[in-house]
Amino acid sequence: MVVQVEGLRMRYGSVDVLDDVSFQVLPGQVVALLGPNGAGKTTTIEILEGFRRRSAGRVEVLGADPAHGDERWRARIGVVLQSWRDHGRWRVRELLAHLGSYYAPYSTPGHRRPWDTDGLLTAVGLADQARQEVRRLSGGQRRRLDVAVGAVGRPELLVLDEPTAGLDPEARREFHDLVRSLVDEHGTTVLLTTHDLAEAESLADRILVLDGGRIAAEGTVDELARRFAGEDEVRWTLTGERFVRSTPHSTAFARDLFRVHGSEVADLEIRRASLEDAYLALVRRAES
Amino acid sequence: MRAGLRPGLRRGLIELRQAVTGADLVGHLLWPVVTLVALVLLQHRDLGSGLTLGAFAVPGVVGMFVALGMLLDVQYLSADREDGTVLRARATPGGITGYLVGKVVTVSGTVVLYVAVVVAGGALLVDGVDLRTVDWLTFTWVLVLGLVATQALGLVLGALVRSPRSAGYVALPVVGLIAISGVFVPVTALAAGWQAVAQAFPVYWLGLGVRAAFLPDAAAVAEVGGSWRPWATAAVLGAWALVGVVLAPVVLRRMTRKESGSSVAARRERALQRVG
Repeated sequence: MVVQVEGLRMRYGSVDVLDDVSFQVLPGQVVALLGPNGAGKTTTIEILEGFRRRSAGRVEVLGADPAHGDERWRARIGVVLQSWRDHGRWRVRELLAHLGSYYAPYSTPGHRRPWDTDGLLTAVGLADQARQEVRRLSGGQRRRLDVAVGAVGRPELLVLDEPTAGLDPEARREFHDLVRSLVDEHGTTVLLTTHDLAEAESLADRILVLDGGRIAAEGTVDELARRFAGEDEVRWTLTGERFVRSTPHSTAFARDLFRVHGSEVADLEIRRASLEDAYLALVRRAES
Repeated sequence: MRAGLRPGLRRGLIELRQAVTGADLVGHLLWPVVTLVALVLLQHRDLGSGLTLGAFAVPGVVGMFVALGMLLDVQYLSADREDGTVLRARATPGGITGYLVGKVVTVSGTVVLYVAVVVAGGALLVDGVDLRTVDWLTFTWVLVLGLVATQALGLVLGALVRSPRSAGYVALPVVGLIAISGVFVPVTALAAGWQAVAQAFPVYWLGLGVRAAFLPDAAAVAEVGGSWRPWATAAVLGAWALVGVVLAPVVLRRMTRKESGSSVAARRERALQRVG
């Protein structure tokens, strides 16, 4: 178990930002905390990172309570921050090598730290920018450097908070590929927050939907879609007339359609229940 | 705690190199050079008892720049919190130690650069400043003790200041303190009340200590009690150093505990609104 959270509560004054949140993350999993703004995602993540103290509940990350995690514990966790303009005058390779040097005392024969600087620069596609000043990087390059900094200690758990906010679609796709390759090649466990469904769908094995400080749902993409959006949508025309029908069993429905009407069925279209529908349905339900 | 020391030292040297290359060097050299020009122009003004302003003020200005290192700490700490540098350090094992060690190395190095400019320029251009008669032993302990005191206090102030904008307000009392600390004119020329205030803070004692190292013993007549008061200098600078070294870890721990992604994001929002 990499992350174990039970009955987590966070209270500011008389407002519960998190209310009885429980979940687990298993080794090698990619888990997305999905939810609208203000759902409590960032608060949850900051508690797990040890940056914020909780009001109540039990939290364990890599076998320790983050509120009392020591430097050895800190060395096993990678945090991908949304950088802005810190270390602007540092050169890319210089910064990465420097931040990596903090992890060297925590290297073991079975788990070498830090990551070799040049290898990591190549892995994140910044080999050509190695000698460039950080402030001269493009937005997408800078975000890749953020990932490299998060990964430089070869963490067992990588935590990303809204990693693609403000990126254009191209940079976003590159970013997803990068995170996936880290996970596939190194078996890193990943916990990320996002309010973007497509992102959760593309990256995560499991999704936790957080809404109003509570876990509204959790499961794989397919499970969530089936459980909450329910029905697929089938559209067709019969001798020029258009029909629309919702059904949980779209394949069987189409088979029956052809059996009864044969070749008169035209323009057949089946839309599977998407996670987007599931998500919107959930948020609507939580708000009403 | 010890884990971050060596990376911190490297960090300090890297940022020191950044501070003395390109446009930053011009910014750093501006103040010592401008001060030096003013001293050269006014050096022959007579302060009485055989002292000229130039010879009196060069050591005082050296002490002043050591004290001004505090303002560099305040600026760096507030800017580094706003842009997420401190949070980055917090996310790294031993990172906060490394960050602070690095900052002290960078700022101390910059202060030593200021001091070198004033001392070298003073020796070349100001009559009465003679490096052959300087008591280097006294100069060294005053400089080291003064750096420890002002750097520790600078970090404390930097941790207490909330934004780069308020960092500007901290400069006001410090400049005021310098004005009453007998840097350019002997403190004995001031009213007794101001003299007492000045003697409570390290700026005056830094100036006095460096003057003791630079000036002939006869020049001590212009000082309070007609003496260099080396023991009192060591005691006051030592007391401030102790206060700073005891307070700094507590205040800095409190500061870093508050750093998180959302606090940096909130400050970024505010900063962008200021610009926009």
